[in-house]
Amino acid sequence: MAASSSSSSNLQLPGTDELEPIAVRQRGFRHVLRLLLKSKTGTVGAALVLIVVLIAVFAPLLATHNPGQVDPINRLKPPSWLNEGASGHLLGTDNLGRDIWSRIVYGSRVSLIVGIGAVLVSGAIGAVLGLLAAYYGRWVDALIMRVADAFIAIPTILLMLVVLAVVGPGLGTLIFVIGFTNWVSYARVVRGEVLSIKERDFVKAAKAVGSRNSRVIFRHILPNVLSSFIVISGMNVATTIILEASLSFLGLGITPPDVSWGGMLSDGRQYVATSWWVATFPGIAITVTVLGVIFLGDWLRDVLDPRMKA
Amino acid sequence: MGKFIAKSLLQMIPVLVLISLIVFILVRVTGDPVALMLPETATDEDRALLTQELGLNEPLYKQYGLFIMNAVQGDFGTSFRYNQPALPLVLERLPASFELAVAAMVFAIVIAVPAGIWSAVKRNTFSDLFISGFSVLGKAMPNFWMGIMLILFLSVIFKIFPVSGRGGFSHLVLPAVTLGVGLAAQMTRLIRSSMLEILSQDYIRTARSKGIVEAVVVGKHALRNGLIPVVTIMSLQFTSLIGGTLITETVFAWPGLGQLLVSAVNTHDMAIVQAAVFVIAVFVILMNLLTDVVYRLLDPRIKYS
Repeated sequence: MAASSSSSSNLQLPGTDELEPIAVRQRGFRHVLRLLLKSKTGTVGAALVLIVVLIAVFAPLLATHNPGQVDPINRLKPPSWLNEGASGHLLGTDNLGRDIWSRIVYGSRVSLIVGIGAVLVSGAIGAVLGLLAAYYGRWVDALIMRVADAFIAIPTILLMLVVLAVVGPGLGTLIFVIGFTNWVSYARVVRGEVLSIKERDFVKAAKAVGSRNSRVIFRHILPNVLSSFIVISGMNVATTIILEASLSFLGLGITPPDVSWGGMLSDGRQYVATSWWVATFPGIAITVTVLGVIFLGDWLRDVLDPRMKA
Repeated sequence: MGKFIAKSLLQMIPVLVLISLIVFILVRVTGDPVALMLPETATDEDRALLTQELGLNEPLYKQYGLFIMNAVQGDFGTSFRYNQPALPLVLERLPASFELAVAAMVFAIVIAVPAGIWSAVKRNTFSDLFISGFSVLGKAMPNFWMGIMLILFLSVIFKIFPVSGRGGFSHLVLPAVTLGVGLAAQMTRLIRSSMLEILSQDYIRTARSKGIVEAVVVGKHALRNGLIPVVTIMSLQFTSLIGGTLITETVFAWPGLGQLLVSAVNTHDMAIVQAAVFVIAVFVILMNLLTDVVYRLLDPRIKYS
């Protein structure tokens, strides 16, 4: 990696740093990689996310046991590297004798699927509503923003609890419930961006030459909202992963046979006094994953939209 | 000021109507409310009685009207699990949750204000890096897992604090830390960046050039303006803090509103769910109004528009 980055860095002229967003488009993957490697936290974040993605993809190869297989004789066995540990169980077993390592490996799939799926759903809803509010203004704007206020007034998790109480838990429902309750941040940011973009000359010009509303929105406005959209998505994936774990912890998220890190924590909570490993490892898995997403998201923000830097 | 408060209270009404609509639609339209509200052991007579009582044979708009009429009078139905009206059950739990939320807020402020100032003043030193690292970690860790780890280390291994329940101060420490740590992390980052911005301003340079002691420049001149965004974030974060109590209370068996609500959701006790959602929503809106008022008192530059 060092070699590839040094060859392209020879092309770098002094004082071209501020042109980087354009350069990203021109020079493609190698340039993005070089930009990434320049940031320490960005590199760490990308590496952590890559590891989690690889674990999720190759779960069947990495798991040593069937994650759902109950084995009452070997229940609550410590990790194999401890004195009284059970051989073959790298991170020990839970209260039903299931292998914790294999469950963590498969749990990464749920975390990523829900994290990315829910963000896509909420992003789509929020972007459309934000666009409509800003573009059409007047009562459309008022109505959408009042609904957004109502959503903000209630803690999101409360709203999710009510929905899940009625429709019942499960992977698909969870993605949609988190998606439908988390769109407000997108709507607000997209609305703000569009409000300023639609006053710019190129949008006015497009309207003046008689472009239809749909063409103005999709060709001229939407592409300019994309970078802030990606930036919020990065942050939202992190919070969504924690939300999924929280809901599963409360028994309202993922249902068996799917494995969720949050659900593993709720099993482990009852045995924390005697078997520390049951609740410890899934928590580490969540923290490391979220940390990776936060670092990668912060780097994306710095590259795509430096104005949003706190 | 009076006008501002009156206007804000009026703005509550559409929000509450929307929340009532959400709850109404969810409970009445997406499922069979009779089945949701009654335990599985209910007889056909119970069902018929409840259908009558809820007015479910009426058209939807009449049902909604009835629902609102009852809600305004504080009648959210009877909890089948406790066999009592839902609202008093919910209100009874409110003080415990409020105590926890306030304690978490106090913890966050006590940690974040000095940490944020310190890391701004000692910018790019080891201690700044250390504090920043901790605040990222505080954001990445799910708070319920941190709660479990605190129980493991401080209750099980070192036996300093009780494992769960509500009692004196010692019972409050772990839940408050668990709930407050995420907020503390966020506030630290915010105070750091707001202090950094302010410390580079002209009036600070003037104060320094007059020979004022650095501690006074930072603690008096800079801090006053540096804390304004903190008040903003506090008002915004109160909502998520109340949301966080749902989980923290479950981890620590804290007898608050959140624990009641979570168990009500798990047992389909819809009367409690409705009442709890309303009480929390009204409470959150009132708290937001209160922080808004405080905010305006602290910073006269903000207009009451």
